[in-house]
Amino acid sequence: MNFLPDLFDLAMHVLLLLAMPPLLLGVINKTKAWFGGRVGPPLLQPYYDLAKLMRKDVVLSATTTWMFLAGPVVTLAAVVLAGLLVPLGRFDAPICFNGDLILFAYLFALGRFFTTAAALDTGSSFEGMGASREVTFACLAEPALFLAFLVLVKYSGALSLTRMLHAPMAHELSTLPFAPLILVGAGLFIVLLAENCRIPVDDPNTHLELTMIHEVMVLDHSGPLLGLVLYGAAIKLFVLSAVLLHVIAPFTTDLAVAAWPLFAFEMLALAAVIGVVESVMARLQMRHVPTLLVSASLLCGFGFLLMLR
Amino acid sequence: MISSINALLVVVLLLNLYLLGTSRIRALIHGAAIQGILLGCMPLLFYERFAPLPIVIALATLVLKGSVIPGMLLKALRDAQIKREVEPLIGLVPTMLLGALGTGASIAFATRLSLAPEHAETLVVPAAFSTVLTGFLLLTSRIKAISQVIGYLILENGIFIFGMLLLEAMPFVVELGVLLDLFVGIFVVSIIIHHISREFASLDTRRLTSLKE
Repeated sequence: MNFLPDLFDLAMHVLLLLAMPPLLLGVINKTKAWFGGRVGPPLLQPYYDLAKLMRKDVVLSATTTWMFLAGPVVTLAAVVLAGLLVPLGRFDAPICFNGDLILFAYLFALGRFFTTAAALDTGSSFEGMGASREVTFACLAEPALFLAFLVLVKYSGALSLTRMLHAPMAHELSTLPFAPLILVGAGLFIVLLAENCRIPVDDPNTHLELTMIHEVMVLDHSGPLLGLVLYGAAIKLFVLSAVLLHVIAPFTTDLAVAAWPLFAFEMLALAAVIGVVESVMARLQMRHVPTLLVSASLLCGFGFLLMLR
Repeated sequence: MISSINALLVVVLLLNLYLLGTSRIRALIHGAAIQGILLGCMPLLFYERFAPLPIVIALATLVLKGSVIPGMLLKALRDAQIKREVEPLIGLVPTMLLGALGTGASIAFATRLSLAPEHAETLVVPAAFSTVLTGFLLLTSRIKAISQVIGYLILENGIFIFGMLLLEAMPFVVELGVLLDLFVGIFVVSIIIHHISREFASLDTRRLTSLKE
């Protein structure tokens, strides 16, 4: 740990990381409802859902072991820790050291491992199928994430997420290397959609076990456990969106008061964009998803090629 | 200025890959239209001082490549009543990978050329090569006549990008002449497509080789 940002910003970071994610889901759902000509659930509906789930009892299958309980808990812990590594807006991350980008990527992998292990623990064939898909697509999304990080490392010359992601912000807007940043932004956006199981990779609203990816893995979780899963997924969306924002919107403001609202506004705008993407696109056929993910890797790879030039 | 030109060109490169990867002809036409609009903005970025001619060429490009030609192609598409490209000889994903390889190769190749120093920083040369290559790939690998026309359009886009390097030297009249040729070409082809589809009920160019009286 090199340095601690001052206490207020630290508190804001943790507060936003813990409190804001369900709101993003609310914004996405509201956007989709608007496109569909519906009123849609209230913006705060995800919070109500979580509160409802937390009050319920847990039903545990007789075939499950401690792994089933560990799945949601470890996943939530992993994504929260990953969220502490990512700088939000122009503020430094609470935890920052050289090489934390690798920890960041593998915290997601750890969470995924425990989610899939918990899914396999139930012995249901549906959940096994979901786990297999999740891992397959994650294998293809990971190179894209690393290539994107590689571009940013090359650009900034730094090996920690905080300094690497702040590099586009530190430069004048007119001197930014737009070309690689556009490529990396496009690649990271696809990774964001894939990692969070949004359309066009997976449809979070579908309730057909045969076609689901993430939702099918958590079919047997109920009550507070399901709440933890949903909350963890929302935080994952928040964390990856925060990473993407540094690349696609490296704006900063000199007004200290406006910095946090600016960040919150950017996050909500990105959530609205995701809502628009989900509204105008159909879900890809399962066999076409790898093409999309490989093209994300290609985009980031081109970005790297341009950086080397 | 250089980085905004590069930003435009990267989007052009992305569109190239998208065009190679899509099988819907409507999406192909829309992609070509967006590319035309981006190219139309380019002369304005290259000319830093105000001059009437870049504005004329930008407007002509915007109108022709961005709306008139795509509009004609869309009309031809409606007349011919086709939606999708049949699976080409080389599939969609392989052509996309070929396009990606070609883009990589043109970036590598352009660094080896001894370009004028003010051009070495920009992506103009690699983007031009890659766009020409995309046009060739579309022309050779696609089967429907209308996708081949779009391939021709993309090919010309690549030449247009290359022409940006010679903006100071080449008179705009030449550019305008090229645009006019293209317009007439597409115009004629869309009429031909209309006639082919009325006579033969298929735009499959493989069948055109076996025409008989």
